[in-house]
Amino acid sequence: MSLKGWRDIPPAGLILEAGNAALYKTGTWRSVRPVWDESKCIHCHLCWLHCPDGSILVENEKMVGINYDYCKGCGICASICPKKAIEMKPESLFEGGE
Amino acid sequence: MKRVAITGNAAVAEAMKQINPDVVAAYPITPQTEIMMTFAQFVADGLVDTEVVTVESEHSAMSACVGAAAAGCRVMTATSANGLALMHEIVYIASSLRLPIVMCVVNRALSAPINIHCDHADTMAERDSGWVQIYSETAQEVYDHMFLALKLAEHMDVRLPVMVCQDGFITSHGVEVVELLDDEQVKNFIGEYKPWYPLLDTDHPITYGPLDLFDYYFEHKRQQFEAMKNVPRVYDEVANELSKLTGRKYPKIEGFYLDDAEYVIVVMSSTAGTAKHVVKEMRKEGKKVGVLKIRLFRPFPGEEIARVLDGRKAVAVLDRAYSTGAEAPLFCEIKSALYEAQSRPRLASYIYGLGGRDTTPTLIRSVFEDLISGRISREEKYLGVRE
Repeated sequence: MSLKGWRDIPPAGLILEAGNAALYKTGTWRSVRPVWDESKCIHCHLCWLHCPDGSILVENEKMVGINYDYCKGCGICASICPKKAIEMKPESLFEGGE
Repeated sequence: MKRVAITGNAAVAEAMKQINPDVVAAYPITPQTEIMMTFAQFVADGLVDTEVVTVESEHSAMSACVGAAAAGCRVMTATSANGLALMHEIVYIASSLRLPIVMCVVNRALSAPINIHCDHADTMAERDSGWVQIYSETAQEVYDHMFLALKLAEHMDVRLPVMVCQDGFITSHGVEVVELLDDEQVKNFIGEYKPWYPLLDTDHPITYGPLDLFDYYFEHKRQQFEAMKNVPRVYDEVANELSKLTGRKYPKIEGFYLDDAEYVIVVMSSTAGTAKHVVKEMRKEGKKVGVLKIRLFRPFPGEEIARVLDGRKAVAVLDRAYSTGAEAPLFCEIKSALYEAQSRPRLASYIYGLGGRDTTPTLIRSVFEDLISGRISREEKYLGVRE
C-alpha cells in the first residue's frame, strides 16, 4: 500500500470504509521472524491456535506457512511448538526480500 | 433587537439559548457556573431542545462533547481555570478530530494558591492545542463572539473548535447593557448544522480515533495546520456577515487612536477598555498614545500586527499571563511578529492583573509614562505588584 500525502487522505485520521484493517500491513513492526521447518512439523495446529494475529496459514487442515504481512514476530508460535519446527531469526537476515 | 442590562455570563447563556445546540456537557466551576446555571434553567423551562449532560468532571465534560460532536451534533460547553486544565487531554482530541465545538472560557487564575479571579493563564496554557481563541472586552463582545465562533467553527474550510474568552468576574459578573439579536436573526445567521462525518450515519459506518503511527500521524497534523491557516480568511467573511446584522465590527486586531500614535499599549480583553479610557485622557494632554487590542489570539495575526506597529516609537505589551522562565505569551508573539518590521519599535513587557489584581487607569498611565520617558528595560515589569 503506497503512502498518500495529506491532501489525499480523510481528515482527522478517520477511516471511512468498514472492514479495511486487512489493507494495513502490520508485519513491518517485526524485528524477529518465525521460520517454519516443514520437515519437523506434525500439523498439530498449536501455533495456529495461539497466534494472536491469525498469521498461521492453514489449507486442508495442514499448516502451509506464515503470513509475514501481519506476523509481528511475537514468538508465541516458536515457544508453543512441541517439535521446535519454528525458529525465531533476526529480521536483519532477511533485508532486501523474503 | 432589544437592549438589556445583563452580565457577561447571562449574555453567553442567552446566546446559547438562541443557538439551541443539540448537546451541552458541562461541569460547574467559578466563575463559569452562572452560564450553565442560567442555561439549565432555559432547558428546564423548555425554551431549548438541548440535551444537557451533567458529568462528574471537566475531563468527562469535554469527552462527552467530543462524543456528541463526532456523533454529528452541534455541541457547546463552558469552563474556567482548573476545569479547563482538567480538560486539557481532550481539548487536543477535540481539535485533532476536527470537531467544531464552541466553548466559552471565563478566564480565571490557575491554582495554586487557589484563586477564583481573572487572569489568562488558563487559556494561554491551551494556546497550542489547535483551538481558535477569541478574547472579549465586554459582555456585548462575548455575546456577539459566540455566534461568530459557531459559524467559524462549522465552516467547511475550518471545522475546528473555538474558545470564546471573557474576563472572570470583571466581564462575567459585571452588568452591562447588551443589545440582543432576535431569535430569528440568530437562526438565519448560524443556519442548519451539517455534520462532516457523523458517527450516527449508520448507513456509512466509519471509525473515529484509530491508531495513527509514524506513517500518517504527521499528515493528519499537517491537515490540521492547514485548517488553522484557513481561519483568518473565513473569520473575516463571518465577521463581516455578523457586522451587517449587528452594526458592530469584529476586526482580528483593533486600533484605538492608533493613526498617529507613537506610544502603543497592546492588550487583550477587559483591560483594553481601561487602556482606551486612559488614552482618551492622555490625548487631551496632547500625548500621542494609542491602544492595539488583540481579539483573535489563535491563529495569531502576526503579519497584521507587524504592519500596524511598524515605525512606532515604543510599544508595551500587557500580559495577564506568564510563561515562567520565558517571555510572557502575548509579548513573545508580538516580539516575534515584529522581526519582520522595517522599523522596529522599542518593546516592553508588562505582566499585570494576576489572580484578579485590579489594573487601574493610574497603572495603565504609568506604562505610557514609562514608554514616553524611555524607561524600557529588557526585563519584564510586574504592573501593580508590591516589590
